[in-house]
Amino acid sequence: MTTLAPDIEHLEEQWHEPPGLGSFLTTVDHKRIGKRYLYTGLLFLVVGGVESLVMRVQLAHSNLHVLDPETYNQLFSMHGVTMMFLFATPVLSGFGNYLVPLMIGARDMAFPRLNAFGYWVFLGAGVFFHSSFLVHRLPDAGWFNYTPLSDSVYSAGPNIDFYALGLIFVGISTTAGSINFIVTILKTRAPGMSLDRMPIFVWGELAMALTVVFALPALTLANVMLELERRAGFHFFAPASGGQPLLWQHLFWIFGHPEVYLVVLPALGIASAIIPTMCRRPMIGYTYIVLAEMAIALLGFGVWVHHMFATGLPTIGLSFISLTSFLIVIPSGVQIFAWLATMWAGKPVLRTPMLFILGFIVLFVIGGLSGPMLAAVPLDQQVTDTYFVVAHFHYVLVGGAMFPIFAGIYFWAPKMTGRLLHEGWGKVSFWLMFIGFNALFFPMHILGLRGQPRRTYTYQAGLGWDFLNLLETIGAFILALGILITFVNWIWSTKRGQPAGHDPWGGDTLEWATTSPPAEYNFEAIPTVRSREPMWDQPELGPHGQPVEAGGRGLGGGHNTLCTSLLEAEPEVVVPMPHESPWPLLLTIALGGIFLGLLIRSWLFWTVAAIAAVVSVAGWFWPRGETQET
Amino acid sequence: VSTGRVGCARESAAPVLFLAAGVALLAGGCSGESSIVSPKGPAARSVAGIWWPMLAVATAVFVFVTGMLLLAAARGRRRTEEQARTPALWGEPFIVIAGVLISGAILVGFFVFSLGRMQALADGGRKTKLTVSVIGHDWWWEVRYPNGAVSANEIHIPAGVKVQLALSTDDVIHSFWVPTLGPKTDMIPGQHNTMWLQASEPGVYRGQCAEFCGLQHANMIIRVVADAPADFDRWVAAQAEPAGPSDEVGRRIFETQTCAGCHRVRGTAAQGAVGPDLTHFAGRATLGAGVLPTSPDNLRRWIADPQGVKPGATMPPTTLSADQLNALVAYLEGLR
Repeated sequence: MTTLAPDIEHLEEQWHEPPGLGSFLTTVDHKRIGKRYLYTGLLFLVVGGVESLVMRVQLAHSNLHVLDPETYNQLFSMHGVTMMFLFATPVLSGFGNYLVPLMIGARDMAFPRLNAFGYWVFLGAGVFFHSSFLVHRLPDAGWFNYTPLSDSVYSAGPNIDFYALGLIFVGISTTAGSINFIVTILKTRAPGMSLDRMPIFVWGELAMALTVVFALPALTLANVMLELERRAGFHFFAPASGGQPLLWQHLFWIFGHPEVYLVVLPALGIASAIIPTMCRRPMIGYTYIVLAEMAIALLGFGVWVHHMFATGLPTIGLSFISLTSFLIVIPSGVQIFAWLATMWAGKPVLRTPMLFILGFIVLFVIGGLSGPMLAAVPLDQQVTDTYFVVAHFHYVLVGGAMFPIFAGIYFWAPKMTGRLLHEGWGKVSFWLMFIGFNALFFPMHILGLRGQPRRTYTYQAGLGWDFLNLLETIGAFILALGILITFVNWIWSTKRGQPAGHDPWGGDTLEWATTSPPAEYNFEAIPTVRSREPMWDQPELGPHGQPVEAGGRGLGGGHNTLCTSLLEAEPEVVVPMPHESPWPLLLTIALGGIFLGLLIRSWLFWTVAAIAAVVSVAGWFWPRGETQET
Repeated sequence: VSTGRVGCARESAAPVLFLAAGVALLAGGCSGESSIVSPKGPAARSVAGIWWPMLAVATAVFVFVTGMLLLAAARGRRRTEEQARTPALWGEPFIVIAGVLISGAILVGFFVFSLGRMQALADGGRKTKLTVSVIGHDWWWEVRYPNGAVSANEIHIPAGVKVQLALSTDDVIHSFWVPTLGPKTDMIPGQHNTMWLQASEPGVYRGQCAEFCGLQHANMIIRVVADAPADFDRWVAAQAEPAGPSDEVGRRIFETQTCAGCHRVRGTAAQGAVGPDLTHFAGRATLGAGVLPTSPDNLRRWIADPQGVKPGATMPPTTLSADQLNALVAYLEGLR
């Protein structure tokens, strides 16, 4: 190692971001950005969670008056928007941001400044949505925002403008992040990490990113059309002027159903990352899992009309979508059976991350079993828009995504902080969350069958709905307590947890071949990968990656990473990486100004902001005598 | 007039946490009077016939998967690291057989089965003698019969007979749904949707709007009253008639105050067309689309302060004296 010292010194000097406000605002380090996504996303989980607790109090018994109908409608609308766009997607992007470069042996994301920009825009959009609280004009037509309820005739206030402009705004972040993931994953993998050696978690992030790129334009388009109709007299949706309300539903769900999968796919990837390590053996059925993830991403674009089975569409159209909705269960099932096989053949170690994964599988199976019931057209026409559907998608999304996210926190937080979370409190948190979750969401199946419609601020006495609703409210608070315990555990552990070392779980992938937390440059030398489980099969890998003597590439200790070929990951070119930059933040502020100007209908305001945005883009790309970004 | 009890016969007391307990509860029979698994007509019966076999198969799959999961976790304690690393040649065939072949066969089977029922339900509406128009409004239901009878928030149908519903809306999207009688259908502006409704026995069947439609989506309740066919014929003929004699003082208040701006009472000067037609109001069991049972006290409360009873409803508060209010209530109670 002594021969390496000058190189490492050079690396330190090249990659070091000095502490302080300046680097806080200009950082492009994927690990700092990844953690920001995580922390900010989890903050929005608290916001969306408190919204749901308040709603559960209102629904604890028939005819309560905790909330007036307007407030209830605003809360359930913001709960959906917050959980989907500001919690689930960003948190999973956060894990991806932090872990993907580490797992594929790169020094950063392919486009570090775009990465910083993605985070700032996400934060800006979150602030934009929540500024509607200040004027008590939260979006109130649901996260699905059907027209004509959301047009200017039935919703004249700015509530829906917050929704439409906010979603266009946050979509910029998601799109930027996804393009970055795709390029990073396809072009900067360590030499030897051919596609068939790529960790399944990375496949999950890739599937998510591809889904975003193809699905999100439909949502952005729909919201642009809605704003044009609301403000500029265009006629897309209003039937009185020749529009078609169902057009909104098609556009929304062509995005909306893939959205569900783009939340679930990386979460399934978390499960596939944790299971082999915690079962002490390679995953059985790697190829099947990868194919299944991609099949879900693809089939997810062909099921949107099952949200519209009751709209009176022709039965021939319904039958196609019914079939795809049945078939999409198969790739999910394939993954579950692959995990079961791996567990059966391996030696499951029931530490907290694995416990959350076991809980996740149970909940995801329940959610997966009510899925085909909603694919059966006549049965869907009975239970759609009831609490049965609320139960179904919370099992899929909270069970299928939030439980893996919590497994991921227990599994990877030690990598981020260098310290393990407390195991005992982790288990307490898991059991509270698992019991609370089921008490909250299982009865919703029964209430849906008994005829309780969703999105209602109250219900009448004597319908046989009171007891189960009370049980749900109690469950909601138990679930919230479980979540709170993990947060406290995490904060406590950053100072007082047991030191984790570089590889606390005996993991199989490259993120464990770094120190905890990793150095700013991730790896002293980029490793050469010869296996699907490099940490298990390549003894030369240690906390500093792969030493140069053992075949690692130091890349001269410069501020660069390695670009490799798409399929086989053969080295192609050394890419210089950009340093810290203020422009992503400045461009975000300018964009925020444009959206604010549109919201308050100030022509002057948004013109000034647009000029600022153009200046920011120019500054971003201004030649500086060194290649900044390829 | 029956106020139509719409409660669950027996409140369940079992805390339901897991699937098995849930199944037991469902199978236990207390499913509530607006439950899709207590069908009261052929359409709902057909759908319940999809639900039960799907539930049975889902339960079996759940037991298998969780069983294997728990067993794997339990036997893992006894296994060694070496055992864990040995190749498992059965693994991939297991994935293909369980995950693709068996799952695929079950799913395609249910697809074909449900498709048949979907088509049968769609064809079921072809031969109907009576078509009733149902129009959704924020937040109440208007019901129109071919003979000119107009009602609100209550649909009378002859029991044992298929009735076609022509569904439309006056404002935003609503969805017509009576769980015990069958699947829901949305009412979409600019679109003409139809569905059929049949109750096997005379009775009152509760439904409510199923598509989020704004502030009072929760209080947009519809009651389907299935009468013996002869009773239905009498009812629908009577409903087509203009209003009979009622309290004269009340009628003048109705015609001269704000009431007549929105409500119609056929055969009088009140010809408003915004709110429900009140020609035969006294025959209806509820007020404000199901928000309160009809009674003189509730009627006084509703007229004096509709926003207190149903915040956001279109009906404005009135400033009538106590005497005027009493006369008005007497008039409305007399509109048989």
